[in-house]
Amino acid sequence: MNVPRESALAATPQVGIALPHESAHLHVRGQATYIDDIPEVAGTLHAAVGCSPLAHGRLLAVDLDLLQAQPGVVAVLTAADIPGSNDCGPIVRDDPILAEDTVHFLGQPVFLVVATSRDLARRAAARAKDVIRAEPLPPVLTAREAHARQQYVVPPMHLARGDAAAAIAAAPHKLTGSFSLGGQEQFYLEGQISYALPQEDATVHLHCSTQHPTEMQHVVAHALGWAQHRVQVTCRRMGGGFGGKESQSAVFAALASVAAVKLGRPVKLRVDRDDDFLITGRRHGFEFDWTVGFDDDGRILGVEADLIANAGCTADLSAPVMTRALCHFDNAYWLPHVALHGYCAKTNTQSNTAFRGFGGPQGAFAVERLLDDIARALGRDPLAVRQANFYGRAKRNVTPYGQVVEDNVIDDLVARLVRDARWAERRAAVNTFNAGSPVLKKGLGLMPLKFGISFNVAHFNQAGALVHVYTDGSVLVNHGGTEMGQGLNTKVAQVVAHELGLPLHAVRVTATDTHKVANTSATAASTGSDLNGKAAQAAARTLRQRLDAFLSEHPQHAAAPWPALVQAAYAARVQLWSDGFYATPGLHWDRDKLQGRPFFYFAYGAAVAEVVVDTLTGEHRVLRADVLHDVGRSLNPAIDLGQIEGAFIQGQGWLTSEELVWHPQTGMLATHAPSTYKIPTANDCPPVFNVALYEADNPADSIHRSKAVGEPPILLPFSVFLAIRDAVASTGESGCLPPLQAPATPEAVMEALAALRASGSSASPT
Amino acid sequence: MTEGLTERPIRFVHRGAIVEVAGLPATTTVLAWLREHAGRTGTKEGCNEGDCGACTVMVGDLDDGGTVRWRTVNACLQFLPTLDGRALRTVEDLPADHPAPRAMVEHHGSQCGFCTPGFVVSLAALHANRPDPPSRRELADALAGNLCRCTGYRPILDAGEAMYALPAPAVNDDDATVAALQTLRADPPLAYRAPDPATGADSRFLAPRSLDALADAAATHPQATVLAGSTDIGLWANKQFRPLPLLISVGAVPGFKAITETEGVLHIGAGAALEDAWAALVAHLPPMRDYALRFASPPVRHAGTMGGNLANGSPIGDSAPVLMALDARIVLRHGGAERTLPLDGFYTGYMKNLRQPGELLWRIEVPLPGPATRLRAYKLSKRFDCDISALACGLAVTLDGERVTAARVAFGGMAATVARARAAEAALTGQPWTEATLEAACSALGSDYTPMTDLRGSAGYRVRSARALLRRFWLETRPDAPLAPSATQVWEVPA
Repeated sequence: MNVPRESALAATPQVGIALPHESAHLHVRGQATYIDDIPEVAGTLHAAVGCSPLAHGRLLAVDLDLLQAQPGVVAVLTAADIPGSNDCGPIVRDDPILAEDTVHFLGQPVFLVVATSRDLARRAAARAKDVIRAEPLPPVLTAREAHARQQYVVPPMHLARGDAAAAIAAAPHKLTGSFSLGGQEQFYLEGQISYALPQEDATVHLHCSTQHPTEMQHVVAHALGWAQHRVQVTCRRMGGGFGGKESQSAVFAALASVAAVKLGRPVKLRVDRDDDFLITGRRHGFEFDWTVGFDDDGRILGVEADLIANAGCTADLSAPVMTRALCHFDNAYWLPHVALHGYCAKTNTQSNTAFRGFGGPQGAFAVERLLDDIARALGRDPLAVRQANFYGRAKRNVTPYGQVVEDNVIDDLVARLVRDARWAERRAAVNTFNAGSPVLKKGLGLMPLKFGISFNVAHFNQAGALVHVYTDGSVLVNHGGTEMGQGLNTKVAQVVAHELGLPLHAVRVTATDTHKVANTSATAASTGSDLNGKAAQAAARTLRQRLDAFLSEHPQHAAAPWPALVQAAYAARVQLWSDGFYATPGLHWDRDKLQGRPFFYFAYGAAVAEVVVDTLTGEHRVLRADVLHDVGRSLNPAIDLGQIEGAFIQGQGWLTSEELVWHPQTGMLATHAPSTYKIPTANDCPPVFNVALYEADNPADSIHRSKAVGEPPILLPFSVFLAIRDAVASTGESGCLPPLQAPATPEAVMEALAALRASGSSASPT
Repeated sequence: MTEGLTERPIRFVHRGAIVEVAGLPATTTVLAWLREHAGRTGTKEGCNEGDCGACTVMVGDLDDGGTVRWRTVNACLQFLPTLDGRALRTVEDLPADHPAPRAMVEHHGSQCGFCTPGFVVSLAALHANRPDPPSRRELADALAGNLCRCTGYRPILDAGEAMYALPAPAVNDDDATVAALQTLRADPPLAYRAPDPATGADSRFLAPRSLDALADAAATHPQATVLAGSTDIGLWANKQFRPLPLLISVGAVPGFKAITETEGVLHIGAGAALEDAWAALVAHLPPMRDYALRFASPPVRHAGTMGGNLANGSPIGDSAPVLMALDARIVLRHGGAERTLPLDGFYTGYMKNLRQPGELLWRIEVPLPGPATRLRAYKLSKRFDCDISALACGLAVTLDGERVTAARVAFGGMAATVARARAAEAALTGQPWTEATLEAACSALGSDYTPMTDLRGSAGYRVRSARALLRRFWLETRPDAPLAPSATQVWEVPA
């Protein structure tokens, strides 16, 4: 260790620079360790889940003898083998780890096979349809059907301001519509995995690919009927999470741990990709019904909307997902009178869960789709209509949930983007192209966004960290956040290095571990760097203060290199490690009234997309995208750019090729692997992709005035969907409203084109 | 035992040394061997079905010139015995200063890192096989079999461009690999046998090296599973747990892969890799380039064979529609006896065909069309790359002036088998190639097929888009003012 000490204030900044991901050099050589790469302890057994072959049914029996007789099988576990609570629901306790008397979806875990090899475990578990005896019950498979039956996983939620009905009735124009927005599979490349090792004195050490080690600790402790201090959960990194490992790593964590403790042997449960799709939920698909009243400029005067989410069979995180959907229906727009009704429909499908944006994208999508209709119906530029509705700075600046928008930059940001992307000029060029092109039609779409940052539940907005300085001057950081590729550990290391005036290579960040930092929140809601960066900064700051105090008493060390200073401080018995804690200030939230200040600040962004659509086949291609996105004062521009671009393509996939199809009678998810569920490939990345950071200090006192970046940019690719719709609309008359549903697969586009032709293609506002 | 085959361990080259494996079932995948037996966990499992590319590795074959040709394959689909006599290279085997991993770090090409080893291997293979820098589009095509959920691909494409500007070190085990591969050439043809703990029975793998021995092995063991690229049979083992007690591999027979042209007929050995077979077809029929690119991913095209695609006979196997439109014939062989059949008529029902037990699909004969024939191949799917077709078609008309003298229209995805559209063909034949004729053919398509609804498309969509593709064909080939592909296909539009 030979790190020169520089005064913290005079040091070369370690934040604000484009440093590579802390594990990049390992990723590219296959040396980054994921859970399945940990060398197995001798005696390790392998587990596989036996899944319900029915979408709904009364469970009568499981032929355990047949399973026990399969080659290599060591044990078979059912619900009766769970010593503690058979539940892994994160909020509502309605989520059995293994089914007891009823199965609620096709794929629901019913039993666990533990065998001498993973292959033998999977082969035995695949006998599920032969060994599970169940009496079929009629399934409810769509959100619309469940809504019609008023069948919900949590009570309906309502967010209202003013008198929407009266405002709509009095408005010069009115439009009514419905719209369907599909769900989305996280498709983390590393599937769900847990590896449980029983330890001395009735304790267990669980390696789990999870965004929420503390919750895994709780779920495992409950399942075993143990105190929390007997369960240790560790996660060095995930091969992607995207929300899918926030709550739904729990069933695998619990199963591996229960089996390991019962058998007294290490048990690994790595789920095959098809089973991962069939067992776990994903982004909620939404159905929307809405009525909006607006003026001649397209200004919304009143809006009423039903948001019906397919929650799946249990509550999971559906209530907070719906809360965030309701709190993002406004997106960047002032809605004077609004009545929003959120329904979490209970269906016999996988329980839907967190996915990047957590309902926010679905809420914002509704208002964008509606504004697109308003602009088309009025024959006005969609940009102008959006600008007319933007939140104001002094007036028209209160959200429907009562938070004042204090940091609004949307006007300036959008103005810069449309200037740099040459919106008006390209609008004309697209029109010219379309006039001369009988088969292919181009379209342009624009999407502004505002996204609230913080957990909607105030008390989750806290974090802890530990910083150790060893006697050679090397620094080790541990914090409560988890690394899933988003670069959190890189950013936290940068913060600590910066605080201590050290180069980045002097600082290592280690695996998240419930034995180190306790009571952590999920790494979710884009808050990872905000919370853990601040906590680590606080710990580093404490250390710096101690060293400064030491130096003021021992000025002879002022010019010493860092390792010598550390040595001297150690010899003088200065504590060279510290904890740090952070709680986001100023947040409050009334869960019943859906009012308060749930967000510390807002992130902003905007995108323009250009597509070409084949009007014969419905195929499309994104030709160009221009993005300007607000990350405040970036901690690491390379990582932030990566988040924005990655979110763009991920959201583009959601709205175009990523279609989820359940069999309409059996409830079997037919799209249960990458062969059938199509996320974007390199060819789907727009050939012209201009992404820029809108750099300005975050007015809120965030970590180095940066802004969260994980989720907000998932809204940017709405511009792609709007551009496809624009291209479809070019085949109709002015004022036509193409009934394009999402995802805009070739078939969905063809249906919208056909509907325009069939309707005579024109629809005018009443 | 087929003559000349010797029961012995599997022998292949890894990191410049010969590795011997015995005792594992023949269906053990290369990925399982790497991760569970060799302790090489750099290669990842993302999907276990050849669609995500996280397990991409290179397999090397020694050519007659004494150099190793490396190609990417999906380690999750390849059975370990298929490595016999060949070389394996993974992400962990690249030299420390290789330009692919280095460029990926410098251009921020990894986030979660789980797909990254697969990308690095695909980039390294491209770097090895293509000396001059590819275009952005060619890079994306080369990476079509690698899924990334984090980056959005831009930085990976940047890395792919940038690696060509970095110094390229010699891969350090090249000489040793060549020497070891030469040593393996002296091994007798492989007969492999090991107990399978899943069945309690023996798991066997036979790899004859001559055409006659192959035909003999198949005829002797009519109950055996004939294995070519295992891009489908790999799934029978991995996902469906079908018992596969005896595999006869075609992969060790060099003559089975030959592609030759004689007197206007392209002869494609049934064991020719899809990559090579399609390259030969596209060389003669350039408008099929995109169709060939959309046929699976590079690793699947490297392993999979055109013969396997036809013999498997999926209703949406993308080779058959085009080959039917070309009036291709297939040659079958049983022991020493050969018979030739038109491909049209080979399929008798869903996943059923005229091939008898013990009979091998031997060769594909493709008559190359003359200048009067217009031919196109189109595919529709939710994603451009590596997606199973909702429908795929081969469309051909032969024109005498403006009159259609012959028409061959074949669709996959419209029926239980790939099949020709006789009514549409009848509506075209003898008619002027005009919009009225097109309309008549489109209308006739309705009686040619009764497609089904599934996850890839509804029956109505399939009928509508089949007509749309016929219209696109007309627009591109009509005598009067034909449209360029840049006016009819979104992937041909310049950005």
